[in-house]
Amino acid sequence: MKLVLVGNGMAGVRTLEELLKAAPELYDITVFGDEPHPNYNRIMLSPVLAGEQTLEQIVLNDRAWYAANGITLHTGKRVVKIDRKHRFVEADDGTRAEYDRLLLAMGSKPFILPVPGADLEGVVGFRDIADVDTMIQASSRYKHAVVIGGGLLGLEAANGLKARGMEVSVVHIAPWLLERQMDEPAARLLQKSLEERGLKFLLQRQTAELVRGESGRVCAVKFKDGESVPADLVVMAVGIRPNTALAESAGLRCERGIVVNDTLQTFDPRIYAVGECVSHRGIAYGLVAPLFEQAKVCANHLAEHGMARYQGSMTSTKLKVTGIDLFSAGNFMGGEGCEEIVFQDPGRGAYKKLVLKDNKLAGACLYGDTLDGAWYFELMRDGTDVSDYRDKLLFGRHHIGDSGAGGGDEKSRVLSLPDSAEICGCNGVCKGDIVAAIRDKKLFTLDEVRAHTKASASCGSCTGLVETLLAATVGGDYSTPPSKKPMCGCTEHTHDEIRAAITEQHLKTLPDVMRALDWKTPDGCNKCRPALNYYLLCAWPTEYVDDAQSRFINERAHGNIQKDGSFSVVPRLFGGLCTPAELRAIANVAEKFKVPEMKITGGQRIDLFGVKKEDLPAMWKDLSDAGFVSGHAYGKALRTVKTCVGAKWCRFGTQDSTGLGVKLEELTWGSWMPHKFKLAVSGCPRNCAEATIKDFGVVCVDSGYELHVGGNGGIKVRVTDLLCKVDSEEEVLAYCAAFIQLYREEAHYLERTAPWLERVGLNHIKARVVEDAANRQALAERFAISQRTAQVDPWKARTAGELTKEFAPMAVLV
Amino acid sequence: MNMNEPHWIEIGPLQDIPRRGARVVKTAAGDIAVFRTVEDEVFALRDQCPHKGGPLSQGIVSGKRVACPLHDWKISLDTGLAVAPDQGCAARYPVRVREGRVSLSLTPDEGCPNH
Repeated sequence: MKLVLVGNGMAGVRTLEELLKAAPELYDITVFGDEPHPNYNRIMLSPVLAGEQTLEQIVLNDRAWYAANGITLHTGKRVVKIDRKHRFVEADDGTRAEYDRLLLAMGSKPFILPVPGADLEGVVGFRDIADVDTMIQASSRYKHAVVIGGGLLGLEAANGLKARGMEVSVVHIAPWLLERQMDEPAARLLQKSLEERGLKFLLQRQTAELVRGESGRVCAVKFKDGESVPADLVVMAVGIRPNTALAESAGLRCERGIVVNDTLQTFDPRIYAVGECVSHRGIAYGLVAPLFEQAKVCANHLAEHGMARYQGSMTSTKLKVTGIDLFSAGNFMGGEGCEEIVFQDPGRGAYKKLVLKDNKLAGACLYGDTLDGAWYFELMRDGTDVSDYRDKLLFGRHHIGDSGAGGGDEKSRVLSLPDSAEICGCNGVCKGDIVAAIRDKKLFTLDEVRAHTKASASCGSCTGLVETLLAATVGGDYSTPPSKKPMCGCTEHTHDEIRAAITEQHLKTLPDVMRALDWKTPDGCNKCRPALNYYLLCAWPTEYVDDAQSRFINERAHGNIQKDGSFSVVPRLFGGLCTPAELRAIANVAEKFKVPEMKITGGQRIDLFGVKKEDLPAMWKDLSDAGFVSGHAYGKALRTVKTCVGAKWCRFGTQDSTGLGVKLEELTWGSWMPHKFKLAVSGCPRNCAEATIKDFGVVCVDSGYELHVGGNGGIKVRVTDLLCKVDSEEEVLAYCAAFIQLYREEAHYLERTAPWLERVGLNHIKARVVEDAANRQALAERFAISQRTAQVDPWKARTAGELTKEFAPMAVLV
Repeated sequence: MNMNEPHWIEIGPLQDIPRRGARVVKTAAGDIAVFRTVEDEVFALRDQCPHKGGPLSQGIVSGKRVACPLHDWKISLDTGLAVAPDQGCAARYPVRVREGRVSLSLTPDEGCPNH
C-alpha cells in the first residue's frame, strides 16, 4: 500500500517512526515538506536563535534516515492539491504521488496581525528555520527589534534576539505577560527578571501600524494611542493558526483545525491528520507532548492494529529561556469552589501557587523553582486526593514522598555538575553519558533515557535528576508525562481499569484478560504477566490457578536469586522467636549442604547464602521436616514481623510485643501482596522494633496499641501515619487483616503501601478500615478466605513432588 | 556423513519444558538453557546473559524473548541478541523437536563471542 505524508515536521515524522516500529513493511512511504530541510526539532529553534545550539544539533531525522527506511522525500515542495476521487496529491512543481492512505501534518502558521505594513521587509513570524535565519541576519545589521506578543514564543524570540545583541522591546496587549500560562504575581517576577537582562516591555499596547522606512524596510511600530517605537525588525508572535487551507480545498471538514475523531481520522476515512493542524474534540494543540500521543495512536491505526484511542491531552507549559524556570498547568487562576495555596518570596524570585478543588489539585503555577512541576502534573492527571498532605504540598515531593526527587537547589546543582559526576549510583552512569545519549540518540522521554543509559532504571531514586537533565538538554516539553499511563506496552489500559475489568467481567485466567482487553501481544511481557497473575489471584483466591511462568524466579523457586545465580534461603521464624532445637536444625542443614555464608537479616531471620538451585528441594525437605515453613524473604508477599522483647522481659515494656508479633505473623504469613509487606511490633514508645517505618507497625502503650501504616525504610524513608488506637490484641489482628486486604485489593502491582497511601489518602483508608466496622469485618473475612489457600507452605508442596522437575537439569551431558 | 549436519543429542520430551519457560542442560562447557515459547517453538542459548552472566533459564519468557532475572536485559531467543538498545549476544545452539522429543547440538552457531 502507498502512504503519503504531507508535512515533514515533528508530528508527521513521529507518526512514521511509530508506524515503522509497528509495521515496517506495510507501506511505500512518500513525504512532502515545503521547507528545504529534513525533519528537525522545531521546539529547539529558540535555543538556536539564542546561539546555544546549532541547526545541525536540532536535526531529528537526517536524509540518511529517510533513505534507510525506503522513504521517498520531497523537500521544498508544497502540496497544493488533494484529489480524493483518484487518490493522489500534487505539489506546486507538478510532482504527483498516489496514496491508499494519506496523512496530513501541515502544522500551523504564525498569525500575522492585519495592520498596515504587515507585509514590509523586516517583518517575520517565528516558525521555521527560514524565520530564524532572517532574525539572525537582521541581528548582525540592525539595532532595534520589536516582538509583538508576550506569549511563550514571543518571549523566547525576544530573549534570543537580545542574546544576539539587539535592543528588544516586547509589545503585549494584555496587562501581564503569558496571561494564558501565568497569573499576575508570577508574571511580574518573570518580567522583572527579563528586564534585568535588558528586555523592555510595553504592556497593554495595541499595534496600529508598521511604519515603512525610507529604504522600504520597516522602521517603527505605531500604537493606537499614537506613540511609536523604532523597529528594524518586527517579529509577530501573537498566535498560530492551524494550516487548513489544503484540507479545506479538498472538501475535508475543518473548524479551527482539520476535524479528526479519536483515531485521528478525518471525515474521509482514507485520510488521517495529526499535529498542530488538527482539531480534536474542539481543541487544537500547540505543544509537543499531545502531538506525540496523537502520533502513537495514529500509527497504531495506520498499522491496522486498530486498538488505540486518543482521548485528548492535559498540557503543561514551560518556557525555554535559559535560567528562567516557570511551569503552569490546569486551572491555575482558581475560581468558584477553588482554594489557593500560595508561596511568595520576591527577594529570591520564587513563586508557587497551587489551586485545589474538592481536595484535588486543579492547577499549578510555579516560577523560580519548578522541579516539582512534573509531580504536580501527575497529581492532577491522576486526580489524587491531597487532603492528607496539603500542608506540605507546596514544598514538593521530597518533603512527603517515597520517590526521592531532589529539591529546588538540587536542580541548579545538577546542571552545574561536571560531566564526570555520577548521577545514577546503581548503574554508575555519569552526567556526561546521559547528556551525550540524549543528544546523539535523539532521546525524547525518560523511558528512552532509561533504556539507552540505564540511568534511573534500577532503584529510581535519581529519576528527578535524570528528568532535569532531559529537560535541560532537549526542552521541557518532552518530559511531560502522558495523560494516561498504560500498565505496560502490551495494553492501552491502566492498572485500575484492568483490575475493574477482572472483577466486573469475571475474567478468571490470563488468556481471558488478554482477550477481553485487547492485549497487543500473544502472551504479554515480563511486566504485565506478574501483575495480572497477582490481580487474578487476589480477585479469585479460591478458583485461580497460579501461573508459575508468570512469576519472577524468586517466587517460582522460593528463594532469592543472587548475582552468581545461586539462591539464598530464609526459613520463617515467627516473630523472630527461636529455640535451640530450631537453631540446631538450621545449622545441620547449613553444614549438610555446605552453605558458604550465613547472616542475620534486617527482619530478624537467618539467611543461608549460596545455595544451588538443584539443592533447593532437598534442603527444604530437611527444613520442612524440622518444622520450618518458607520465610518468603524473596517475594511480593508478607515478609517478616519484627518484634522487640516486650513486657515479658523488658523493664519498659507495656505489652507482650513478641507474643503479638507471633500472632500477627501466624495470621498473615503466606499472603501475596502487590509488593513486599513488612510488619513490626514495639513494646513501648521507645520503638526498638522500628514499627514506624513499616507497612503496618504496632506501638504498644500502657493503655493499648497504636496502629501505624504506610511506612518504609529503603530508598526514601517514609515514616508511618497513625491509623488509630485500639484496646486489645484481637482488634490489632482484625485491623491488620482489614488494612492488608484493602491494600491487596486497591494498590497497583509493585506499589508499596507508602506511595499507595499517598495516592489514595489516609482518609480514604480510615473511612474503610476504622470508621466503617462492617466494611472492616468484610475486608478481614475476604483476607481470611484468601489465606486459606495461601497458607500452604510452598516447600512442603515442592518436596512432596509437585513441580520438582524445574529444579533438576533436564539432561546432564558431561 | 554430511559435515554440516549437527550432531544431535536427545535430551528429553518437549512436555518436560514448561510452556513460556525453560530447562537447563548441563554440559562440560557450561549450562545451556532450552526454552519453549507459548507457540511451542524451542530455542537453546548459552545460559549466560551477555550483561553480567545471569542465568537466562530462570527468566520470564514472553513471545520470543527472555528477560534476564538479574538486571532485566531482554534477549531474543531466535537470535541470541540482546534487544536494542542493549548490545550483546548469548551463543545459540541448534535444537530440534522430532515426534515430541527435543534434541540439541553442543556446537554453538558461529558469530557470537559469548561461547
